[in-house]
Amino acid sequence: MADHPLRRRPHLVSGGGIVALEGALVVVLGLSLILGISWGTVTLPIGEVWGVVGSHLGWSDTTPTPVQDQIIWQFRTPRVLLAAVVGGALSLAGACLQVLARNPLADPYVLGVSSGAAFGAVLASIAGWTAIAGLGISGAAFVSALLTLLLVFVLAQRRGQVGPTRLVLAGVAISYLATAGTSFLQLYTNPLELRGIMFWILGSLANARWDDLGIPTVVMVAAMVWLLGRSRALDVMSAGDDAASALGVAVNGFRIELLVVSSLLTATAVAVSGGIGFVGLMVPHAARFVVGPGHRRMLPVAVLGGAWFMVLVDLASRIADRPNELPVGIFTAGFGAPFFLVLLRRSGRNAA
Amino acid sequence: MKLAVTHLGVVIDDRSIVDDVTIELRPGTFHGLVGPNGSGKSTMLRCVYRALRPSTGAVFLGDDDLWQGLDAREAARRRAVVTQDHPLDLDHSVRDVVLMGRAPHKRMFERDDRRDGEIADRSLETVGMAWAAERIVTTLSGGERQRVMLARALTQEAPILVLDEPTNHLDIRAQLELLEMVRGLGLTTVAALHDLDQAASLCDEISMLREGRIVVSGPPAEVLTVEHLRDVFGVRAHLGPHPLTGRLHIAVAPLEPTDHDSPLDRQEPAR
Repeated sequence: MADHPLRRRPHLVSGGGIVALEGALVVVLGLSLILGISWGTVTLPIGEVWGVVGSHLGWSDTTPTPVQDQIIWQFRTPRVLLAAVVGGALSLAGACLQVLARNPLADPYVLGVSSGAAFGAVLASIAGWTAIAGLGISGAAFVSALLTLLLVFVLAQRRGQVGPTRLVLAGVAISYLATAGTSFLQLYTNPLELRGIMFWILGSLANARWDDLGIPTVVMVAAMVWLLGRSRALDVMSAGDDAASALGVAVNGFRIELLVVSSLLTATAVAVSGGIGFVGLMVPHAARFVVGPGHRRMLPVAVLGGAWFMVLVDLASRIADRPNELPVGIFTAGFGAPFFLVLLRRSGRNAA
Repeated sequence: MKLAVTHLGVVIDDRSIVDDVTIELRPGTFHGLVGPNGSGKSTMLRCVYRALRPSTGAVFLGDDDLWQGLDAREAARRRAVVTQDHPLDLDHSVRDVVLMGRAPHKRMFERDDRRDGEIADRSLETVGMAWAAERIVTTLSGGERQRVMLARALTQEAPILVLDEPTNHLDIRAQLELLEMVRGLGLTTVAALHDLDQAASLCDEISMLREGRIVVSGPPAEVLTVEHLRDVFGVRAHLGPHPLTGRLHIAVAPLEPTDHDSPLDRQEPAR
């Protein structure tokens, strides 16, 4: 019955529209990357900016001055690219954790990973442990992010089964504990170190260097490929554990796979950008609102959307109050929340 | 395909939930599980749909041991499941939910092809829900949603069907529609049922459970007797022909003061 009165297109965008949407996201992401490199706390003529980039990529003969080179090529370009990678990785991690915890509120923040990483990084920098362990401070953040997720899972499991509600509750508790620890350590830092601590708590891309790009990019791309391959199992998991078992997913094994992937994504993102919140929670939902909950359609939109969003908010944090730089968290929430609420209202047709 | 559960036992936190249960289903038969709440019906079935690993005993789908000889995907090609209605919290379209039934037939990265779509559409037609293919599943009524779940199970193309109290929360008409639909499929079916009248009219054989053990097993007329209903459920029942259909009908009397001392209360506490 094609003309059934209640028949309607199930999602805002479906069918061929999804390919068009992905194409459009690639284009706006590309434009935002260009915009992000062209513009910054220091105003430089656009020709000079792209002359510097061109000289490194081999399509321009200009020889940049050392100052120009440092601003454009050493700081701005890797920063903008890292913003895209971190935005994509956090979105994927959120999508992954929301399935894993079968809870729409799950994200790296709620599960305590960001706070755990911040605590580890701050502890390491104050105690000077990094010299001993041979890790950088990001290394300490990475390790403590993994340890936190592991701890949350150990606390949340019972008889080898990880209950979704238990997982979120354990995450929230650990998150508070780690935040308390960080606050305590703050009391014993001198004002100079405080700035470094704020980086881990609020998150920032200001310290991005080319060296930071490699690992997060590899992890993000590998996770994306893996998750797309498992998109059917991800869909089935959203129908509940029993249904997933009935449909041929080995639920406990799959949860462990998801745990490993989301931990790697989160830990690598946090290690280079600190605790940037809201992206991992919001972007996957925004993608679901637009193309529906099927992961094969939703994941590419979430990754592209997350990358685009992160590049834009990072740009906003740099140019809103030039030459000062504002914390990026103000903009992730300031832009993200209204946009998210509009989508929430638009998709509210099932009174969910 | 035959389904056999042999000497199945489940122990959780030192409590025996299912104890030495053996049931064998010939291909194409409908086997009902009845028993009071907590008698182990659902726990037993969860072992069959691979959500719970039994402590002892085995489940055979055809000739293979579900937990030793089959992986989760292989098992899901042999048996499909419809559980109690509990709403999905995501707004999948009906067709996408039904297509999930193809999951056990697919490898990583493999997409749904035309044949998968045809199987899903045919399943939706079988359950009379083809009109709702593009609807969001959360907008359906409980009865409609369970028919979609049955369509998803059919899309698995499995010869064995497990029903775990599938008609809970449904109105009486929707219950009858769903169960008669299942009966008409001719699959090897095992179903946990609450309504004894429905069990009597649908099942080829019934097993009655109490505290994780089978009390009696056999054709409906041998299992659903006044004595068994009194001993297992603690109710006074009258059995006779249904006034409209002439089939076995169970009329249960209201409890009397002495009945409140139910047989379950008199049992020794579980170990």
